[in-house]
Amino acid sequence: MAETAQAIEVRDLFKRFGPLEVLKGVSLSAKQGDVIALIGGSGSGKSTFLRCINLLELPTAGQVSIHGETIEMKKDGRGGLMPANRRQVQRIRTKLGMVFQSFNLWQHMTVLQNVIEVPVHVLGQSRDEAIATAETLLRRVGLYEKRDAYPAFLSGGQQQRAAIARALAIQPLVMLFDEPTSALDPELVGEVLTVIGDLAREKRTMIIVTHEMAFARQVANHVVFLHGGHIEEQGSPEAIFENPQSERLKKFISSIH
Amino acid sequence: MSDTPNAGTYVAPKARSLFEPHRLFLMAVAAALLFCIAWFMRWDWLPRYQERLIYGIGQTLLMLFSTAIIGFLFAVPLGLVQVTGPKPLAWAARGFCTLIRGTPLLLQLWLLYYGLGSLFAQYPEIRSSFLWPYLRQAWPYGFAALMISFAAYEGEVMRGAFAGVPRGELEAARAYGMGRFTLFRRIWLPRAIHRALPTLTGETVLQLKSTPLVATVTVVDVYAIISRVRQETFLTYEPLLLLALIYLCLTGMLVYAFKLLENRIPTRGV
Repeated sequence: MAETAQAIEVRDLFKRFGPLEVLKGVSLSAKQGDVIALIGGSGSGKSTFLRCINLLELPTAGQVSIHGETIEMKKDGRGGLMPANRRQVQRIRTKLGMVFQSFNLWQHMTVLQNVIEVPVHVLGQSRDEAIATAETLLRRVGLYEKRDAYPAFLSGGQQQRAAIARALAIQPLVMLFDEPTSALDPELVGEVLTVIGDLAREKRTMIIVTHEMAFARQVANHVVFLHGGHIEEQGSPEAIFENPQSERLKKFISSIH
Repeated sequence: MSDTPNAGTYVAPKARSLFEPHRLFLMAVAAALLFCIAWFMRWDWLPRYQERLIYGIGQTLLMLFSTAIIGFLFAVPLGLVQVTGPKPLAWAARGFCTLIRGTPLLLQLWLLYYGLGSLFAQYPEIRSSFLWPYLRQAWPYGFAALMISFAAYEGEVMRGAFAGVPRGELEAARAYGMGRFTLFRRIWLPRAIHRALPTLTGETVLQLKSTPLVATVTVVDVYAIISRVRQETFLTYEPLLLLALIYLCLTGMLVYAFKLLENRIPTRGV
């Protein structure tokens, strides 16, 4: 079953913040190994969509499945949805490695402690095992020497690479990136994109919300353009960037370049 | 804000010499003062009261630590429910903090000791209960008043500390599947305490200096011992100077201990 199931399947997602409807029925599916880039102007709903996948935002309506397992939702009595089974949500979340725009490292822990926190205290790994994995990951993102430093003493790029190591440490089925370079100084963007690019090359399933169009084009095998809470257009990077069909996408692409 | 590559290493400024002119002068003043205190004042009573003074200091510290620790345990939920709700609990906690912080500690202490204490004595059920041997003493009332006061003040501090932990850090914990209790124990509470530590240092020092109030309800702490010395020796300044010195030393040690605790997690800038 896991063979045939999509890594992620989102069906008809709606999200409303009070009177504001941010997502108006968005569906998306990702196969194992897909790298999907979500692009769009600000307010297009791309971050909200990503945050609905691991229920950091509760969708107003719609369905999310991870590897064929549908997250059970029930009505919250105020016109929205809430998780029907908290344990299931927590279990599914441990399979989704989220990377945030503002890193969100735990400031009272060292880099290494940040990386082993979830493996030890949520997944129940032994400390030694978690440390061994964490050190391998920190070497990969080039932060082994900084493993005992506190996040406040790292540059933005280093913090984001540590955050990526923290997300990888839970051995996620899917990585979710929420504008991972938007809070970085321009000269620090490259080091983070290199790390994400490496992950894409080893065929990790990833969904990336990004403003870096050149990067999206380079690493993604599928690009989704969101506008006003709808998927306006989607397709291969070549199709989207070289042969945009809709007026809005044409305008968006020309405004970026 | 961009950082230099070596932001992690902090180089302390070079210590200045001990023998600069202004420092020598200050040292001379201090030495003269000490000499005057030792030579012109009467300290012959000191050996006689030594044991009792040490006992009194022990009682003061016991009062301080027991009320601060248990008060803090109450402060955590008091602060937490004001941030998380449910609303009725939040109102109750806010009401409690406002009531206690809005009235003098001495008044609370006397209400407990003279009010509640004499009320208890009127009920035979209480007088015959196993608690009576404690309730007829003064220290439970002193302890309760100091503990409640500490809980109320620190409840307010913890409310701010809980609310001040960046939402993103809590969100990250939830995003990786952390349950509510683990999140509180591993992320929210330690992060809040870390933020609140500098304030807690000051509050604990204030608590130390509130402890002599219990002497007004006959609890024997270091202040009560010094009062005894004054009554028996008819001296005024010497015992009071010694008392000031004792509180000063205790404060110094407290501040130093908190500093060590704070330095366990280095913070950058402010």
